[in-house]
Amino acid sequence: MSHDAIADMLAFDMPTALTRDDAARIAALAMLELSDDELDLLARQLGDILAYADQVQQIDTTGVPPTASVVTRHAADRADELRPCLDREDALANAPDPALDAGLFKVPRVIG
Amino acid sequence: MTIREIREAIRSGRQSAVEICRDTLARIDTLNPQLNAFNTVAAERALARAGAIDRDRDRWRDAPLAGVPIAVKDNICTRGLRTTASSRMLEAFVPPFDATVVSRLDAAGAVVVGKTNCDEFAMGSSNETSAFGPVRNPWALDRSPGGTSGGSAAAVAAGLAPVALGSDTGGSVRQPSSLCGVVGLKPTYGRVSRYGLIAHGSSLDQIGPIARGAHDAAIVLGVIAGIDAADSTSAPEPIPDYAAALTGDVRGTRIGVPRALLEQGVDPEVAQASAAALDVLQARGATLVDVDLPHARYATPVYYLVSTAEASSNLARYDGVRYGFRAGGPDLRAMYGQTRGRGFGAEVKRRIMLGTYVLSAGYYDAYYLKAQQVRTLILRDYDRAFERVDVVAMPTSPVPAFKLGERIADPLQMYLVDVFTVSANLSGLPAINVPCGFTVGRLPIGLQLTGRRFDEATLLRMADAYERDTEWSTQLPLIPSR
Repeated sequence: MSHDAIADMLAFDMPTALTRDDAARIAALAMLELSDDELDLLARQLGDILAYADQVQQIDTTGVPPTASVVTRHAADRADELRPCLDREDALANAPDPALDAGLFKVPRVIG
Repeated sequence: MTIREIREAIRSGRQSAVEICRDTLARIDTLNPQLNAFNTVAAERALARAGAIDRDRDRWRDAPLAGVPIAVKDNICTRGLRTTASSRMLEAFVPPFDATVVSRLDAAGAVVVGKTNCDEFAMGSSNETSAFGPVRNPWALDRSPGGTSGGSAAAVAAGLAPVALGSDTGGSVRQPSSLCGVVGLKPTYGRVSRYGLIAHGSSLDQIGPIARGAHDAAIVLGVIAGIDAADSTSAPEPIPDYAAALTGDVRGTRIGVPRALLEQGVDPEVAQASAAALDVLQARGATLVDVDLPHARYATPVYYLVSTAEASSNLARYDGVRYGFRAGGPDLRAMYGQTRGRGFGAEVKRRIMLGTYVLSAGYYDAYYLKAQQVRTLILRDYDRAFERVDVVAMPTSPVPAFKLGERIADPLQMYLVDVFTVSANLSGLPAINVPCGFTVGRLPIGLQLTGRRFDEATLLRMADAYERDTEWSTQLPLIPSR
């Protein structure tokens, strides 16, 4: 099945409204902790925006390649050489919880 | 003062760079409380820099921006000078490096006077999404200056800086320039390095100059343009002498007018002023040609699908680990969620959500891929038009400056303001806002000219020619002092 045929099928099934649960699933993917009020509002607003954006489904794009970048001419490759980069001190200067002596970024517990 | 006047004053010894800097800082002091155009004013640093230029006048004699004060949008990194993107997330962020454009301004002798307010992470069309409060339009303090580079446009319009840098992902240099009555240029994608610009939509973002006239914009563009090893999308194309291109001669230049697109709903005063502007250019010898851009009317939905997808990916880096805001949380996952949930404002969260959705399994093809395909069709429309014309003309914004609070509650109403600006970003083409009049209520109106890839010179020449026959760009708003 072609991309377009799949897209047409999906377009047919596209939800016109999102539920709070839908919004919660997207928020989890995006690592955003949101309140129930925020989820309700976003479900409604995203539904409105997607309903508006659905007009692109009317356009026949059979055989049209996607454009991800408009760069027409790439700069020449460069040699893969070691070059100076940020000092460790500079790199840690903005960290919320740096371990300056060890030169590390500290984070809360990761496992169990 | 124009760049030419400032440089002449310094060269002749009539004024020092320090005196010019002091005047600028004094005006910022007086008017910024009303306008909220700056997040940070770098008074000490600017005066020290101006002093260094005065002490070594021989060295700076031929530098194109020696002693010229410039305001830089607060999403462009400045080493040692707080750069917030108008977000709580980066409220205390002090970059350890300069953006390439800032290094180039430095090498040209410019004096950075401060960092300008903008929509949070350059997402918005009114400046109201800034975590530090909206910028106010110098022409009407209860109205929006536009967004996202509203602080830069308002600063230049009100004379708080002769020139400024903005960034433009979907119209963020041109639309505020239109609503504030100044010249704003979005260069061709790749013309200016994006290194050190806080990323929003990486395939759309460009940094551009905001100025009172085409000549100043030309000089600043000449300074910041060019290939950069730190940005693989920056272009190797040669940089013309933009100022030298301002000959006043537009004879034979063909201006394309997409009449069908303009039927989408343009405020009558805006429509009338932009049509009158084209008459002025026609009287100078340009010709008007009807063009058809059949897919341009889909540019707004395509833009919001593509740009939010890119933004959701770019903003994944704000995780509370290496820099920026961190909220508590018993473990790493909770820390991520709370940091992002509390550090980002409503519009940024909305766009991350939308972008995450359109990139997610099951919807990628229907939304993201489809939008990228329509992006190709929009690009082809322009390529076809540029076989027949040299520039395409339309209003920059369908409406003049709207009231603060008027659109912010309904995101979709806000997105529709971008209808004429987003195409240039999707297609990577250069586009300029040219102030072309005022409404009866004294709100600025802007004409947008879009050009061929890397043909900023033609846009600037048209803008300059138009300025020679009109007086819009010489007008200053009257701002009541508090």
